[in-house]
Amino acid sequence: MERRPPRTTAARAAALLAAAGLALTACAPGSGNDDGGGGSAGPTGPVETDISGLGDVTLTVWDQEVRGGQDEQMTQLNDAFTAQYPNVTIERVSQSFDDLSTTLRLALTGDDAPDVVQTNNARATMGQFVEAGQLVPLDAWAEEYGWRDRYPESVLQYSTYSDDGAVFGEGSLYGLPQVGEVVGVYYSRSALEGLGLEVPTTWDEMSVAAEAAAASGLTPMLLGNIEGWPAGHVFGVVQGATVDPAEITELGLGNPGASWTSPENVEALTTLASWQEQGWFNEGVNGTEYDAAWQQLTQGQGLFLIAGSWLAPDIEAAMGEDAGFFAPPPAEGAEGVATTGGTGIPFAMTTAAEERDVAAAYIDFITSDDAMQVLADTGNLPVVDTASYAPESGLLADVYTAFDEVSTQGSLLPYLDYATPTMGETLNQTLQGLLAGEVTPEQAAEALEADYAEFTSSGG
Amino acid sequence: MAADRTAEGAVATATAAATGAAAPRRRPLQPHGRATPYLLAAPALLLYGAFLLFPLARAVQYSLYDFDGLTVGTFVGLDNYVAVVADEGLRQAFGHALVLVLFFSVIPVVVGLALAALLTRAPVRGLPAFRTVVFLPQVIAMVVVAVAWRRIYAPDGPLNTALRAVGLDGLARTWLGDFGTALPAVGLIGTWVSTGLATVLLMAGMARVPRELYEASSLDGAGPVRQLVAITLPSVRPEMAVALVLTTITALKTFDLVYVTTGGGPGTSTTVPSYEVYRRAFELGQVGSAAAVGVVLTVLVLLVTVVVTRVVDPSRRDER
Repeated sequence: MERRPPRTTAARAAALLAAAGLALTACAPGSGNDDGGGGSAGPTGPVETDISGLGDVTLTVWDQEVRGGQDEQMTQLNDAFTAQYPNVTIERVSQSFDDLSTTLRLALTGDDAPDVVQTNNARATMGQFVEAGQLVPLDAWAEEYGWRDRYPESVLQYSTYSDDGAVFGEGSLYGLPQVGEVVGVYYSRSALEGLGLEVPTTWDEMSVAAEAAAASGLTPMLLGNIEGWPAGHVFGVVQGATVDPAEITELGLGNPGASWTSPENVEALTTLASWQEQGWFNEGVNGTEYDAAWQQLTQGQGLFLIAGSWLAPDIEAAMGEDAGFFAPPPAEGAEGVATTGGTGIPFAMTTAAEERDVAAAYIDFITSDDAMQVLADTGNLPVVDTASYAPESGLLADVYTAFDEVSTQGSLLPYLDYATPTMGETLNQTLQGLLAGEVTPEQAAEALEADYAEFTSSGG
Repeated sequence: MAADRTAEGAVATATAAATGAAAPRRRPLQPHGRATPYLLAAPALLLYGAFLLFPLARAVQYSLYDFDGLTVGTFVGLDNYVAVVADEGLRQAFGHALVLVLFFSVIPVVVGLALAALLTRAPVRGLPAFRTVVFLPQVIAMVVVAVAWRRIYAPDGPLNTALRAVGLDGLARTWLGDFGTALPAVGLIGTWVSTGLATVLLMAGMARVPRELYEASSLDGAGPVRQLVAITLPSVRPEMAVALVLTTITALKTFDLVYVTTGGGPGTSTTVPSYEVYRRAFELGQVGSAAAVGVVLTVLVLLVTVVVTRVVDPSRRDER
């Protein structure tokens, strides 16, 4: 075989690359698609609420309403919208929460960005998009459509950012959610009756029920945590029963003034670890899928499942009358229940939206009173006037009651991954380690504090 | 599915390199203009430049910036690379990739050698069918493989059920959710995928070896093991090199398998560089840092490929 001169080839390739690199360094990455922040100025002209005269418009909507009842409400509302405005065509792109969050960043900077998107409230997503001027502040339309009367301030704060994205909870409005969410405890009525027990109203009664289940060979608590984030919701419940709600809110919104290493937080982490040590969870939580866990509840393999209200339509479809739901018991001596929850993922408008009035009309339409009725009819939990839509019995009646109880008499706490751009990842890894016994509660608290403190001290 | 395309490209290149060993001697140049070959290659070069060199150069450029994928980046020189070296989590990810090389590459080639030697020497009925079966994992998309294996490894999945059925309850565990077993469990999927490729490649190599060599050595009193070491192994060096290079590249740039089975978890016990690239670029919004990891990974893959080729198949370097 002929000897090739590899060095020369490599050198040439390197030179070629270097030359190409030099040519490219002329413009910094991101400068090509930057609209200078000028695009975030809100409506392009006076707000127009009658969009039927705006001609043929195609509205691209990206959502993550993929589960049964969620998909159903979205389909119905889209059909109703286009029936009312035949000049509007809706191009719906629906993908799972995970897929939407990872593709949205690229999509927003592309030439073909969607007009209306569902974007997570967290600093890692909505916060960064606001900072980059990719989302339109909705205040002008909020004024016109009366959104601030429709929604309580406690709900709107979770889609409110300052214009530079630095402050979470104050500033302009960037999105409207459709549904309310509350993390609570699903249970099997027959399993609980089989143990001769009532629905627990204190943590002591929770322990009794869990021990009784374990003694009878039933898994006390189901958890599928291979994805990492489900344990965060369970921890939110434990934390809500241990730590002052005000402190959790500071930690959750990533605003300075709190600490993960406080004795109460360490105690909450210790409690979660002890549940695992006492064998309350199914075997191998870190290797079980989220969906598999709730399906195990529907198959009668466990007593409790700590999860969000969004699973209710699916669980009710599978379990029927046997499924129940209650808000986690309050902390000892506390006024009311504190648990993770709040709002579903809000719908926001991108600066790429050309027909902003149409986009705003769409957001208004899918969050209107009529829409709330559609949401309730399809098994979802409307975020506004929840109690008035409550069904008479069944799992959803339980869910509505729990949401009402928490939001009116207790504290709906923010999701902990809202806090910093990296907190979701840190929380997942830390809790997986804690549940596996690889990390002590103290080490877990330090890992979370490191993430939180680095972000808050850098001034956001 | 850019990864798949690169893999196919690698196959093509590697096969070309392997067959190139027997290329005929050079013919005299045709009396055409010097530009003609370049003109003929131009369309391909343009495509190659637009879809491979340009993105590559762009990635190198991004790696020199602090860039979040949304706003204008700021030039930071080699800071991202310094961070790559300093970041313990990343060093861990590269360590995991090397462990995967053992599972994706070394074990399959060793097992493949044994299988291929057995299959070529022993009269096996239905050989083509067997060959198809061992090669099959190579044909299935990695995502499908990952989904299937995630079920197999599940706490109540077939693997644990089988272990319990034969009384090995103590061995049953949450393979993908256990800090100790997650990485080997992911690695074994790679072994399952790669073994077929290695076996089929090595069988092709062994089929080339003249029967007479074995007969002569038998007469001289050599047993099967001695024949394997003295005759078979040296003969299949080019095939071994190809198998090692292909599987090592697959191991180092594993992404889909980790993404679907464990998502890097539990904790960080199965993160690999490709997954870090994805995580940084799409989840954490650190596009510059992600590009730096990608560039480092590319360089590492190139280096390992060159070293493996030269060590395993010295004929590439020396004229025969």
